[in-house]
Amino acid sequence: MLGLTRKDFTLFAIVVVLALLAPVLLNPFPVNSALGQTFNAGYPALMQRFAIFGILVVGFNILFGLTGYLSFGHAAFLGVGSYAAVWMFKLLSFNIVPAIILSVVVAGLFSVVIGFVSLRRSGIYFSILTLAFAQMSYALAYSVLTPLTNGETGLQVYPSDPQYLAAAGAPSGPHFFGLPMAQATTLRLGDWAFTFQVGYYLCAIMLIAAFYLSIRIFRSPFGMMLRAIKSNQTRMNYTGLNAKPYMLRAFIISGMYAGLAGGLLAAMDPLTGAERMFWTASGEIVVMAILGGVGTLIGPVLGSGVIKYLENIVSKINESVLHNALAFLPDGIENFFVTVIHPFVGEGWHLTLGLLFMVIVIFLPGGLVEGGQRLAGLFGRRSTATTAADRDAARQSPAE
Amino acid sequence: MGILEIKGINKRFGGLQALGDVNLSIQENTVHAIIGPNGAGKSTLLNVLVGKLIPDSGSVLFDGQSVLGRKPFEIAQMGISRVFQTPEIFADLTVLENVQIPCFAKRDGSFRMHALEPVRHEREIGRQAEAMLDEVNMLGKADVIASSLSRGDKRRLEMAMCLVQEPRLMLLDEPTAGMARADTENTIQLLKDIRKRRGITMAIIEHDMQVVFSLADRITVMAQGTPLVEGSPDDIKVHPKVREAYLGETQI
Repeated sequence: MLGLTRKDFTLFAIVVVLALLAPVLLNPFPVNSALGQTFNAGYPALMQRFAIFGILVVGFNILFGLTGYLSFGHAAFLGVGSYAAVWMFKLLSFNIVPAIILSVVVAGLFSVVIGFVSLRRSGIYFSILTLAFAQMSYALAYSVLTPLTNGETGLQVYPSDPQYLAAAGAPSGPHFFGLPMAQATTLRLGDWAFTFQVGYYLCAIMLIAAFYLSIRIFRSPFGMMLRAIKSNQTRMNYTGLNAKPYMLRAFIISGMYAGLAGGLLAAMDPLTGAERMFWTASGEIVVMAILGGVGTLIGPVLGSGVIKYLENIVSKINESVLHNALAFLPDGIENFFVTVIHPFVGEGWHLTLGLLFMVIVIFLPGGLVEGGQRLAGLFGRRSTATTAADRDAARQSPAE
Repeated sequence: MGILEIKGINKRFGGLQALGDVNLSIQENTVHAIIGPNGAGKSTLLNVLVGKLIPDSGSVLFDGQSVLGRKPFEIAQMGISRVFQTPEIFADLTVLENVQIPCFAKRDGSFRMHALEPVRHEREIGRQAEAMLDEVNMLGKADVIASSLSRGDKRRLEMAMCLVQEPRLMLLDEPTAGMARADTENTIQLLKDIRKRRGITMAIIEHDMQVVFSLADRITVMAQGTPLVEGSPDDIKVHPKVREAYLGETQI
């Protein structure tokens, strides 16, 4: 269906359902309960981030997952995309369409330049070159390019900005032909409340489109060539294939994905700053991809989701939340557990992330996707074993 | 005039004269073996032919066109393909994909952007790849990841990948090095079959005399970077200079 195999279509359907129903699925607890206050992740600002970083890492995975070239400067494209979008808001109007188109185009052009230079080297040298470019962009945005980036203050839209194309009655924030991004309806069901926001659904649709495109790329001859580059460049050359243009296209596509993510960030909140391009932001993308499962289709979506969840939810858990959650225990034991858990939550969420990352890299090199496959294998061992045997038999019979 | 004309090739690495005035002509539709002791310059010569090394002087003409200064992928597109000492395959891909890639390279040239249509919709490529796998008796392993193949099967797969490109000249660098006797026999048989069915010109660098004498029509013996003698296998077997320089060490 949709040009996908049954298996790919299932993955695609899962992502579509998750994305469209996120406002419900991520709010499993009643609004005013202690659990709900802490663990409900279904609020628009966070869900937007799930979707946007999902797009970013899906794009990053086209480069890193397929070709094995580790870009350590991908946040630069995100930042450039954001700046481009905010400039469109300042010059034209708050309509997000030209803003997002320009952010993709500008990030694409930017990645042509960076890719052309960086791809002259491979391995660690490629990573260092991309890192150098990203840090250079960051430093420039802070200093020389202040007229373009508004330096430390960050770029934002002021009432004095021209907005040449703004219509008289248009919303005073980013909108899609008059439909404001911030507009939302809340559905109340008893103690539960689910918020459906226009901005989130824009991000979700973009994620779905981005994910669909990535499946098509993975399964295309182009995707196969990229995997061939990762596998054996010597054979690639002696097969009469020129690896360079393939690599450069992959780099540009991946940069454009990042530009789209940057444009969407600006469309959700029309301001941006240079810190979006800082090397830790690039590092986060790499961590997300590895955590989810490099080179798998759905891994990037999972990885970015888990990290954004930890960053926003686990970081909210403070001592009093812990005391509340463990109130059913006798005082002494309660205090003991609070003391033990406390370093891992709240501001200590990086510790949790670090440990999780180490566990995954050591025990599940294929990331969360491999974890899922192993779980599925544990529960469905009998059935998968028989089907595998059937398949083998079916394959061998014609050859004999 | 041979399909490959090598004239006056010189190559120095610092103080070492790796190739000194090499002249060699490989005739179409022959199997031409290049033998010689270690350090005779065989591998250096091969690297010059595929564009990996640029010689200090001399010329290499393939079918009348100069090969020198071209990149390996351009030389491959001209119709020269190479089989390595250790099989170079796409180890992470399936056997079928390994053969599909050269099918695309043959049809679309060194680069073509087709990023949306799935590979499985390319029916002609699929048929071609399967026919090739059938020819080397590997169709039953089409869905196997190539890294899990045996050494002999990897060699077979690499040959299939080269054959798909319909090369006019195949360069083989010690195709049986490090192989067990049975695998060596299989490889010899495979090369004979390819020869018989497709009549591809082959240049083989080889240490194993059994392989050389069971395949070659012409033999060039190299020593210290220059061709010493060239002749038919029967000539070479009895040539006094050869026995002295090389074969004297081994029993034939």
